Amino acid sequence: MEARKPLLRRGFHQAKWDEPIIFELSQPGERGILVPQAEAGVRAEAGEPWNHLPQTMTRKAPPALPELSQARVLRHYLRLSQATLGADLNIETGQGTCTMKYSPKVNEKFPSSSKVAELHPFQDDETAQGILEIIHKTDMLLREISGLGRFSFQPGGGSQAALAIASIIRAYHDSRGEGKQRDEIITTVFSHPCNAATAAVKGFKIVTIYPDQDGYPDFEALKSAVSQRTAGLMITNPEDTGVFNPRIKEFTRIVHEAGGLCSYDQANANGILGVTRAKEAGFDLCFFNLHKTFSSPHGCGGPGSGAVGVTKELERFLPVPVVDFDGEKYSLNYDLSDSIGKVKMFYGGIQAVVRAYAWIMSLGAEGLEAVARTAVLNSNYLLSKIRKIQGVEVPYASGKHRFEQVRYSWGPLTEGTGVTTEDVQRRMCDFGLHYWTSHHPWIVPEPFTLEPTESYSKQELDEYVEALQEISREAYENHEVVKNAPYRSVVHKISPEWFDDPDKWAISWRSYLKKHGGKVET
Amino acid sequence: MGKHRVSHPYIPNSVPEVQKQMMQEIGITHIEELYCDIPGELRFKGEMNMPEPLVSEWQLVRHMEQILSKNQTAKEALSFLGAGCYRHYVPAICDEIAGRAEFLTAYAGEPYEDHGRFQALFEYQSMMAELLDMDVVNVPTYDWCQAASTALRMAGRITNRTEVLVAGNTNPQRLLAIGNYCHPAMKVHPVEYNRETGRLDIQGLKGKLTDNVAAVYLENPNYFGVIESDGAAIAGIAHENGSLFVVGSDPISLGILAPPSHYGADIACGDIQSLGIHMNFGGGVAGFVATQDTEEYVAEFPFRLFGIARTEVEGEWGFGDVYYDRTSFAKRELGKEFVGTAAALWGITAGVYLALMGPKGMQEIGRAIMQNSYYAASNLSEIQGVSIRNTGSPFFREFVANFDESGLTVARVNMALREKGIWGGKDISREFPELGQSALFCVTEMHTREDIWILCDALREIIASGKATVEGEATANRIAMAEEKARGNGKGERQ
Repeated sequence: MEARKPLLRRGFHQAKWDEPIIFELSQPGERGILVPQAEAGVRAEAGEPWNHLPQTMTRKAPPALPELSQARVLRHYLRLSQATLGADLNIETGQGTCTMKYSPKVNEKFPSSSKVAELHPFQDDETAQGILEIIHKTDMLLREISGLGRFSFQPGGGSQAALAIASIIRAYHDSRGEGKQRDEIITTVFSHPCNAATAAVKGFKIVTIYPDQDGYPDFEALKSAVSQRTAGLMITNPEDTGVFNPRIKEFTRIVHEAGGLCSYDQANANGILGVTRAKEAGFDLCFFNLHKTFSSPHGCGGPGSGAVGVTKELERFLPVPVVDFDGEKYSLNYDLSDSIGKVKMFYGGIQAVVRAYAWIMSLGAEGLEAVARTAVLNSNYLLSKIRKIQGVEVPYASGKHRFEQVRYSWGPLTEGTGVTTEDVQRRMCDFGLHYWTSHHPWIVPEPFTLEPTESYSKQELDEYVEALQEISREAYENHEVVKNAPYRSVVHKISPEWFDDPDKWAISWRSYLKKHGGKVET
Repeated sequence: MGKHRVSHPYIPNSVPEVQKQMMQEIGITHIEELYCDIPGELRFKGEMNMPEPLVSEWQLVRHMEQILSKNQTAKEALSFLGAGCYRHYVPAICDEIAGRAEFLTAYAGEPYEDHGRFQALFEYQSMMAELLDMDVVNVPTYDWCQAASTALRMAGRITNRTEVLVAGNTNPQRLLAIGNYCHPAMKVHPVEYNRETGRLDIQGLKGKLTDNVAAVYLENPNYFGVIESDGAAIAGIAHENGSLFVVGSDPISLGILAPPSHYGADIACGDIQSLGIHMNFGGGVAGFVATQDTEEYVAEFPFRLFGIARTEVEGEWGFGDVYYDRTSFAKRELGKEFVGTAAALWGITAGVYLALMGPKGMQEIGRAIMQNSYYAASNLSEIQGVSIRNTGSPFFREFVANFDESGLTVARVNMALREKGIWGGKDISREFPELGQSALFCVTEMHTREDIWILCDALREIIASGKATVEGEATANRIAMAEEKARGNGKGERQ
């Protein structure tokens, strides 16, 4: 190969505008946009109805919003956008469990067109045949991918999908008169926290299974956990460690024998598309995050979509409405006998459904399998490279391959140099790369979780590895360099003392002014 | 990629030579070896039944446009639909910022490389705080359903009580979501509304208060568009009982209406879709919860709260999560409810909207909406066969029109309107059978005087011709089907 520029971006510096808080930019009298006024004839007839409101319902003083001209608002937000890295710009491998893959630009054209953006949820079905068709067809595609019977797109994200599932599990046992008795949900510590948290919202006690010595969910612990009180299992596989539980079918069998339902957290299914499915593993319910595996962008944390799938037997519990197709027309169906009702307004994050449909259609069955295989190849390639870095450990499942992600540990690095995974995190910013630690609790010491997806080239993965290598070298040679990072990010090391002290935290600008006595400079 | 033998543009490492190098590094000769841990019985042996892929981008575009062209949009029709999703004007800059690649594709970056995301959301919180006149507002949750549900669970924890009273004139979708979210931790009891005024029935409320009531929940304007003039009195009644007062509102109204905190709300909640976000078939919703800044309240938020901070460099702003240990991210089932990917991009967009509008814009839009909707209600009330409900009560943006005297069902009126390119008000005859054949009309700043005249002329014509328009069996069948569907729509919408 011909000589190329070194992969590591030593000359990187993120855009830094030193942009003030928007209130600091306010100039009374400036206007950002003008609002259409009621026409003269309307005004003449309608009068000023706000003058007839009771005093307690009238706003006395206008809200103290900033006043800015239009281009100044634009510049402000453009500058803030430049101070945001975003997956389009970086090798977004560091955010394990979140499947930060490429969101194809062409797929943005569809939800942003007025043919989606300007649809009202209560317009007549006859006028919404196109969007209903896409919802229905995406349901059909996900049925193929999961082997389950029907999907609802109502939940706005994976955690809300888990809430819908916990609600369905409760409604199922209620419908059988066992709702009071069955009050326990079993999960594993390496399943996403939303499973435990949403089950607790629905009043379940949580039984958490920890890994055995090899990093697999402890089978013996599961056996002793099930009882007449078991309502269900909410679990992910492969777990957040990237380890696939090969006994998963025994897990679902044991829970079924105890009378519980089994839910498969497939928020991230990127390594197993077309390889193994919820159905074959014995699951009754599952959910997919369309903003993860199915490429819809993450939008700084939503809107996304958590598509909930159930077996035919559980269809009647889904939130309403679902989309029916009678061979000719698509329609919204509110008539599910034991529906949990609603978890979200209307029909969910439709933009994500449209993008996911387009993404699947651009790949087909064979393409989806290629996605999974490449994601797993990339992940194991990273694993092979990273385990050679000084200070890194790869706990669990020794000698085994991993799936689409791997949980690593900087335990030895911290012991040897005092540099922690959070120090590494800040230093990675200096190379133009995002790096996340891991969900809590940190059972793996000083953890990080990498998920390269199918979207990055070998060369880009090598760049990511080089950055980690460089930071390890720095830690052992001069750990202060890492400890005091970042230097070339947007801002420098943030002082944490305003975050957990009620006298100091400031969740709004007005709170900041009250607590810290700052003055708005005009 | 199998038979296509072409490297897919979305999958760089599908190049065989590269795959070979990578496998060499791993020490395998075939990718299949990586899956050796999956037992045979778990392997999917069939083929996923899917259409052939649309391999070129152009094929995909053509396919998508063909399907989407079957939609008729609210732009192409004259729409009077609201009921929780609203067509307000979206400033061009809102779309520009919401579509910026950095914001669109960012996710969970640190406050260093994602400083801009943190600042934009902190500013959103801050501008909402001004509009609501409360100090704490969350990074957006999914929608008003989640916001109201969480506000009530927060009230339960703060008061250590397990029942809530919810106004019967609340959006029925919200009632369903609240019902599910509170079960089984809390009991939800509806409170009657007054059929004449459309407002909460205060005597009914008093009759239902017990010492186990954590909160009274009221929407203002309520589902009928009616302004709950007695808000302050209701707050007093709730507080006297040791209950919290939780009020849901649409922030687009708060340039002219008093924010809930001014008439005694302890927790405010609502949806920001009206603030510069397209309807998206209902996908444009995003929820807020607001409280005063006390540890007691902040500790009960399940959502992320971004706070401002200093860095080690003089004069530099930084940001981060306030009281992160409350969340389920930190504490799993021991955290407060749950948090996850919700609707942050809409928070940034709503922030842009508020920055553009400023205090003057919010006041002007509130006035324009109110004048237009009053004008529409007044003109509709002059049509024979139509009567406007709740006439003694002030309203905002929406109002209930009843068609009982016309002898026509709303389903039939709306079908006839649709043939003229008009989408009539939402049929609420199944949600609120006690209101007869009634529809909820929505009028915003985007409607012109002519739009309202067109609606009125069409209604006059439809009502005048009445049953005479039913020509032939086909039309009659379609009407029957539309009425049947309206019945279906009502199902599950109200318990």
